[in-house]
Amino acid sequence: MSDIASRVKAIIVDKLGVDENEVVNDASFTNDLGADSLDTVELIMEFEKEFDIQIPDDQAENIATVGQAISYIEDAK
Amino acid sequence: MELKRVVVTGLGALTPIGNNIEEYWNALVNGKSGGAPITYFDTENFKTKFACEIKNFDFKSYFDRKEIRKLDKFSQYAIVASDEAIKDSALDLERIDKQRVGVIWGAGIGGLETFQEEVKNFANGNGTPRFNPFFIPKMIADIAPGHISMRNGFMGPNYTTVSACASSANALIDALNYIRLGYSDVIISGGSEAAITQAGMGGFNAMHALSTRNDEPATASRPFDATRDGFVLGEGAGALVLEEYEHAKARGAKIYAELVGGGMSSDAYHITAPHPEGIGVIAVMKNCLQNAGLQPQDVDAINTHGTSTPLGDVAELKAIGEVFGEHAKSININSTKSMTGHLLGAAGAIEAIASILSMENGVVPPTINHEVVDENIDASLNLTLNKAQEREVNVAMSNTFGFGGHNACLLFKKLKE
Repeated sequence: MSDIASRVKAIIVDKLGVDENEVVNDASFTNDLGADSLDTVELIMEFEKEFDIQIPDDQAENIATVGQAISYIEDAK
Repeated sequence: MELKRVVVTGLGALTPIGNNIEEYWNALVNGKSGGAPITYFDTENFKTKFACEIKNFDFKSYFDRKEIRKLDKFSQYAIVASDEAIKDSALDLERIDKQRVGVIWGAGIGGLETFQEEVKNFANGNGTPRFNPFFIPKMIADIAPGHISMRNGFMGPNYTTVSACASSANALIDALNYIRLGYSDVIISGGSEAAITQAGMGGFNAMHALSTRNDEPATASRPFDATRDGFVLGEGAGALVLEEYEHAKARGAKIYAELVGGGMSSDAYHITAPHPEGIGVIAVMKNCLQNAGLQPQDVDAINTHGTSTPLGDVAELKAIGEVFGEHAKSININSTKSMTGHLLGAAGAIEAIASILSMENGVVPPTINHEVVDENIDASLNLTLNKAQEREVNVAMSNTFGFGGHNACLLFKKLKE
């Protein structure tokens, strides 16, 4: 697993209180990992902080799965 | 329309001297102090370095990890105390009509720590507002009853009353009146507060409201003692299940007491100082007696607001003398804040519980830490100093007064058919 992927997953485990095994690439934050709309906003903010990037709102809307988060951040770095 | 009667059928408490009702009552009767050095943050630069914190409660195992991050402490305390009260009431949550169950809660401030930390982060940042999306829903004072309703499915009236240190007494009075009027069969009421933070201590210190007896934190809360020098900040929650009498009787509930009346008034005088002649305090006790249909001589015990401040304690006792006349001398007067510290918005609830348990057990908890007689206090009053007193209590009064001049008073009575 890439460094980015493992850091993204660690944030998701921490913020959503889910088991590491559940945090697979095609897991959806809302449908599979129990996040509500505020949880999702918080995740995006944590990614921005952790990776020192800005994720505009219109792009944040397209980040709905673990894999989408990882690839967005890999592209942004 | 005839008003319905309202009884207390469940109790819950999370306090600096006990983490449930049994521990709380034992500590009250034994005169245990909750005062100790603050452990939550470094107090080096603070004028007051102690408070009455909750002790040895494992919140991390009580709540799941995801849940607890979204709950300010004042909501955590509210949930713990209300869980206990609901369990104690033995309400059948599967069968009860949840549209008829409300939650009316009191909080003087709300999520102060959440507010403090979020604003601190912003102030320390580069000016970009990066507030946590849970900032507002964690902080707002009404979120505690919101959480209690979501946890239990209660769909009746739901809100928080805010009147500083009278908040939870106001909540109880609102709950009483809604049940009297038939809006709800059951209301979970009470209050919680969690203000032992840098902002809370610094703010109250700036007002010169807190005791600075840093060398003796356990004896600093000393209502009615001549050397009292301010209140000791406490935290926690108290919860009461109020229920319409026939509803409680029909399900065979244990009934602790009847809540027979509530009084409310305002000093209309000063933001923090009590009125020197106590006109608002006199009015609130008279209102309450009238609301309850009782006479002054019916009252056996008064749990005072008695915060251990130089002005407030004397004004309240003078007002009691004014309302009760000669009978004041036969009342067991006490201040349980001598043990718990001042729980602000939760004070009315935990003190109402102390009054109810006094009736239940025939014991009035003491006003501890009394050493030096205050010449300004009428020596003929029984202030239940230092040791609990056995006493049959049929009617108990509980006073709470808040910054802003808000006064609230409750009267509980042993249930008679």
